[in-house]
Amino acid sequence: MKKIDAIIRPEKLDRVSDALNEKGHYAMTVSDVHGRGEQRGIRLQFRGKEVMVDLIPKIKVEIVVDAADAEEVVAIIKDKAYTGENGDGRIFVYDIDKSIQIRAE
Amino acid sequence: METDIMINSAFILICTALVMLMALGVGFFYGGLVRKKNLISMLTLSFVSVALVSIQWVVCGYSLAFGPDIGGIIGNLDYCMLQGVEMSGDPVPDMLFMMFQLSFAAITLAIITSAVAERIKLSSFIIFGLLWTTFIYDPLAHWVWGGGWAQTLGVLDFAGGIVVHIGAGFAALALALVIGARLGFGEHNLEPHNIPLTLLGGALLWFGWFGFNAGSALAVNEVAINAFVVTNISAAAGALSWMFAAWVHGKPSSLSMISGAIAGLGAITPAAGFVGPVAAVCIGTISGILCYGALLFRLEHNWDESLDAWAIHGVGGVWGSLSLGLFAIPAIGGISGLIAGGYSQIVLQLIGVVAAIAFAFCGTFILAKAVDMVFGLRVTKDEEYVGLDISQHGETMS
Repeated sequence: MKKIDAIIRPEKLDRVSDALNEKGHYAMTVSDVHGRGEQRGIRLQFRGKEVMVDLIPKIKVEIVVDAADAEEVVAIIKDKAYTGENGDGRIFVYDIDKSIQIRAE
Repeated sequence: METDIMINSAFILICTALVMLMALGVGFFYGGLVRKKNLISMLTLSFVSVALVSIQWVVCGYSLAFGPDIGGIIGNLDYCMLQGVEMSGDPVPDMLFMMFQLSFAAITLAIITSAVAERIKLSSFIIFGLLWTTFIYDPLAHWVWGGGWAQTLGVLDFAGGIVVHIGAGFAALALALVIGARLGFGEHNLEPHNIPLTLLGGALLWFGWFGFNAGSALAVNEVAINAFVVTNISAAAGALSWMFAAWVHGKPSSLSMISGAIAGLGAITPAAGFVGPVAAVCIGTISGILCYGALLFRLEHNWDESLDAWAIHGVGGVWGSLSLGLFAIPAIGGISGLIAGGYSQIVLQLIGVVAAIAFAFCGTFILAKAVDMVFGLRVTKDEEYVGLDISQHGETMS
């Protein structure tokens, strides 16, 4: 099994979630996070001074799927969260040792 | 001071404070409706509106609106810096009347912030607000209340349906068209981030509106009592009708309920001193449905008048101002509407409404274009993306 962590733009969540739904990937955990990438946030001009806005609000989507589905899920997220500009986010894929459903006997 | 004037003054002092609370309540109402990254900005715009207009009103606004008439269009500058505004006056001292009217001007600008939510440059809003209050609000108030042409003609506006609600609503629409839609409007989710905060703001508005409408009688009398009663009836009817209309289309959201209440409040405002309880039920019920329809119409046309000042205040104000000519009964305000057999008032109301729409919309459009060309109304794309809380104020909720 694989775990996919995707850090995406908050406004892209609906599109990503709908597209995953369409392909039958229903389960996900979503959280509000703050962070920065290689660009170290966004630079703004404020009264002639440069201001660095660190730690931009993002959404983290966590999904666990069969290893065979991992590539498809990654491709969907990459497609739906894309704008082509800095700050589109990042996807991490991990191996999962075990997945236990709490309700199951 | 005579006893009657003292009693009236005590009442209007309280009403003035209530209307001031409304102006700040608008900030909470709007603040909950934007995304979290713009909450502080939205609250600040209302506070800035109150502060800005408080000074403008004292310097020249009151004089332009209520000073001695020049050609039916505008007041002169005799009362500049409140010179000659006395502690005498009937039914309340002029100085208190000035303060009561100041609170109306302040809330009107606060309502307009709906149009620029999540994308206005604070500095440009300050410039726009100052110009708007001076060149649009003050003449409009003079026309209808300060001895201008509309008042001379017989156009009636009890507590601000034309001046405040049509003025703010149609100005907001014009301003929204000039500044343009928010990034991502119609593409991705721009849902409200805090509905309880919006309900709190709505509650402050409903509560404060008693001062707005009952206070407009300017005295402790039957007209004030009637205004208080019909205000509550119309708000309640509007809350229910919008909620039921939204229910037919999906869910009876709390936002639909509070939007309907404000639509009902906006609509009863011009008529509160002239109509009775049955009319208030009709005015409120219809306003809820009508304003909801206006909101749907706005969305169909992709107008990002973001927080619906036009749909709620503008359209509600138009309906309320016309309904005065329809439902007025002589026993309350001495005016007969269409149903009571008076045929002229509705024509007068129509003239007032059309003139106010044309003036507020066109005037604001020109003013907003001018400010946009000289200073730029809008923040940069990056600033809009990170939110106005950080980019304009250097502060954040999270």
